[in-house]
Amino acid sequence: MARPPASAEQLLERFGPHLHNTPPGGWSDESRNPAEKLVKTHCCFCGQQCGIQLKVRENRVIGFEPWEEFPFNEGKLCPKGVKRYLQGSHPDRLLDPLLRDEKVAPDSAGFRKANWAEALQFTARRIREIQEKYGKDAVAVYGGASLTTEKSYLVGKFARLAVGTRHVDYNGRLCMVSAGVAYKLAFGVDRSPIPWSDIPKADVLFIIGSNIGDCSPITTDYVWRCRDRGGKLIIADPRLNPIARNADLFLPVRPGTDLALLMGMLHVILRDGLENRQFIEEHTTGFEALKESVQAWNPQAAAEKTGVPPDAIEKAAHWIAKAEHAIALHARGIEHQSKGVENCLAVINLVLATGHLGHEGSGCAMITGQGNGQGGREHGQKCDQLPGQRMLTDPAAREHVARVWGISPDELPQPGYTAEEIMEAIHRGEIKALLSMCFNPLVSLPDANYTREALDKLEFFGVIDFFLSETAHHADVVLAGSLQEEEEGLSCNTEGRVIHIQKAVDPPPNARTDTWILCELAKRLDRAKFFPFQTSREVLDELREASRGGHADYYGITYERVDEHMGLFWPCPSLDHPGTPHLLDGAKSFHPDGKCRFVPTEWRESGDPVDEQYPVYLTTGRVVSQYLSGTQTRRLGGLVDIYPEPLLEIHPRLAQQYGIADGDAVTLTTRRSEVTVRALVTKTIRPDTVFIPYHWPGKRSANRLTHRTLDPRSKIPEFKVSACCIKKASLSEESI
Amino acid sequence: MFGYEFYVDPSRCIGCQSCVEACEECETHRGVSMINFDYLDRYETANTAAYVCWHCEEPTCAMVCPADAIKVGEDGVVRSALKPRCIACSNCVLACPFGIPKIIPEYEQMMKCDMCYDRTSVGKRPMCATVCPSQALSYVKPEQIAKRREEPTNLFVFGNQHVKTRVHMMTPPGTDAVSIDVVDYMWEGHLGQFGR
Repeated sequence: MARPPASAEQLLERFGPHLHNTPPGGWSDESRNPAEKLVKTHCCFCGQQCGIQLKVRENRVIGFEPWEEFPFNEGKLCPKGVKRYLQGSHPDRLLDPLLRDEKVAPDSAGFRKANWAEALQFTARRIREIQEKYGKDAVAVYGGASLTTEKSYLVGKFARLAVGTRHVDYNGRLCMVSAGVAYKLAFGVDRSPIPWSDIPKADVLFIIGSNIGDCSPITTDYVWRCRDRGGKLIIADPRLNPIARNADLFLPVRPGTDLALLMGMLHVILRDGLENRQFIEEHTTGFEALKESVQAWNPQAAAEKTGVPPDAIEKAAHWIAKAEHAIALHARGIEHQSKGVENCLAVINLVLATGHLGHEGSGCAMITGQGNGQGGREHGQKCDQLPGQRMLTDPAAREHVARVWGISPDELPQPGYTAEEIMEAIHRGEIKALLSMCFNPLVSLPDANYTREALDKLEFFGVIDFFLSETAHHADVVLAGSLQEEEEGLSCNTEGRVIHIQKAVDPPPNARTDTWILCELAKRLDRAKFFPFQTSREVLDELREASRGGHADYYGITYERVDEHMGLFWPCPSLDHPGTPHLLDGAKSFHPDGKCRFVPTEWRESGDPVDEQYPVYLTTGRVVSQYLSGTQTRRLGGLVDIYPEPLLEIHPRLAQQYGIADGDAVTLTTRRSEVTVRALVTKTIRPDTVFIPYHWPGKRSANRLTHRTLDPRSKIPEFKVSACCIKKASLSEESI
Repeated sequence: MFGYEFYVDPSRCIGCQSCVEACEECETHRGVSMINFDYLDRYETANTAAYVCWHCEEPTCAMVCPADAIKVGEDGVVRSALKPRCIACSNCVLACPFGIPKIIPEYEQMMKCDMCYDRTSVGKRPMCATVCPSQALSYVKPEQIAKRREEPTNLFVFGNQHVKTRVHMMTPPGTDAVSIDVVDYMWEGHLGQFGR
């Protein structure tokens, strides 16, 4: 029984989000009580993982100071980084473990404080009861990509060894898994092959499906530096975003048609004989099949599909093919599609066909969205992987990891469901219990009404987190965990640079580190001997062994070495290894033959096609001041001031058609549900498309509208393309 | 100071408002942000502009202040109004051609960007220009700015008033001065064009 134990209003009153604006002690306190120390660490938010120094006094984070020596961001921060320090002192912070109890006073909102022994014992008992009744795999575990690499490793080990389920996956499934699958197919390894310092060296920069200004703001600096060196900027996006306005060539691609654009560009390159023959012969396989796959995609055909003019497609193809150095950057815009893997493969095919790989200033890269989006998927919380980016189905990998863990390979479960598939298995009653850490699926998974129905069906739901997310309203038990700055660990940024998260302060007195919570739960599940960890360092030491020899080899990475080198790029197989900033030097792939593979792509339609009833494309994304499901950032006053509510971006041509003026309430309806938000009428979006950011819950949740079609290989949901209809809403619907 | 100059480039602004949020973290005016931030015309464009006080050589705000409360430091930085003198009359707010000064009602005082003198005076960069992710606000050495596509200008023309500023605006190469009045670009016989 996992319906919320109190009304939404009561839960909101008790657990927030409340807005928090001022540092501990108030604004004037610091002049009287200056910081005792500056802790060099990193932002807890997106995949840029910017260096930052936290000001600490009396075990509290009271402010920040830019960290200009850290090479990736040189002190630069987006507004989220500026305000991240306010989380520790936030009044919504969970300070004690909580147990669901509907008999408590209304102001407790259905949860009472529990002691740790009681909360942990209850959690372990319910997990085992449900497994005894329904089988081991009736329990699933969710992890998150904001966790440190050590915690991510522990989540995977905990699920498979302590709980003994095959169903463990993480919210990174909603991030860049399409790119991960594509890079593995083409290069045999899942990581951006180039460090960001290469970006300014490109003569042509092709950015597709990445709203850099909002989603990876620090990367803007690299893009502008490329332009200052004379580099040409090509941007493909349905919106003329803040970076696109400076593009030398803007390709206003219709949502969900990036593949047609990319295949059109490949067609032009091959038609005009601009491919790099020598590179293709020396470094690739599969070129003939690629040629065939793009034959039909002449610029006219591509233009029909994408809404990008044929001559712009030709120009983009020529610029890239004729450039000495070119880099393609991509992100969720092409990855969040039911053909996300194909999209990324087409980008790679473009890079391989033109020979832009393996030398400085050339290549392709995925821009990670989540904090530890890269490191969080390398060491075993992904449903099909073991530490070191090893595959769970590979007998040699199972043997290696089983040896490090001191078990027989047979004790390792086989791959389980991915994040959305887990929710669907809950909905159909196959999975009965869920333990979730650092994941707010009610806001971040598609088709939120469906997610809510699934959560309601859970027989047991345990949550480990530091704020009570909307999903956690459904919990039976909430274990008050730790903030990023309360526990040491590694993270891996968008470049593949492994960085060191320093512990700046202790968790509040009756909250606990996530590591402690997982180990204590393991003890109560009678698996203590596999979880003897007292510190993150001990977890790292085991992780280093477990990853050793894998693609993501961390054996040579220690906290001290990371500090000394301001980050180390994996693979780093020995303690004297300098790390690997350029992963595919000389275009040598990780496949046994060392060749990069062309993987042909095939067009197919979106899983939620527009028609007469739903004639408008809906696409969703982020704003710069909010992060993911907003669990953290919707509580920080300064960030909410910047962008207080989700707005519908709509072109004046479309707005006029429906009699919508700027600021009007508009109801969007899709095949799932409807949402009413205010209109922002602007010429910066295609007239056949509307956009809303997805950071909000409840009636303003963009993910009530999105659909559950998954990419068949990466299992990423198609957030970037839905079909909707719009109408001006009446005043009463405006109370949103 | 220390060889650094301040450069503003709205063409590089991504509208993130990191500067707005970081400004209030500065020691000298904690909790009050001094950044001016605007969407130029959201209907037409995503363009935004974030800017600090331009720190004029002959500051209009100081010239019109009846209480003699606005001072220019030896470093050329135009300070907020002196608290004991400021009468919160708003003359400066109305007169500043850039729209920079703000009256903070709870303090009954005009406050404005002081270029983080607590930081710049000890060789650090101002908070806004340190955090800005997109080079829209930069506090760097002139040789670094010379690598940009744009060129710095610090002469602004407002009708008959020519204002020279400490802070530079990045403009298309060959721009002598920034003016928004078409008259300034016309030929009117002997009056000539400004500065050319």
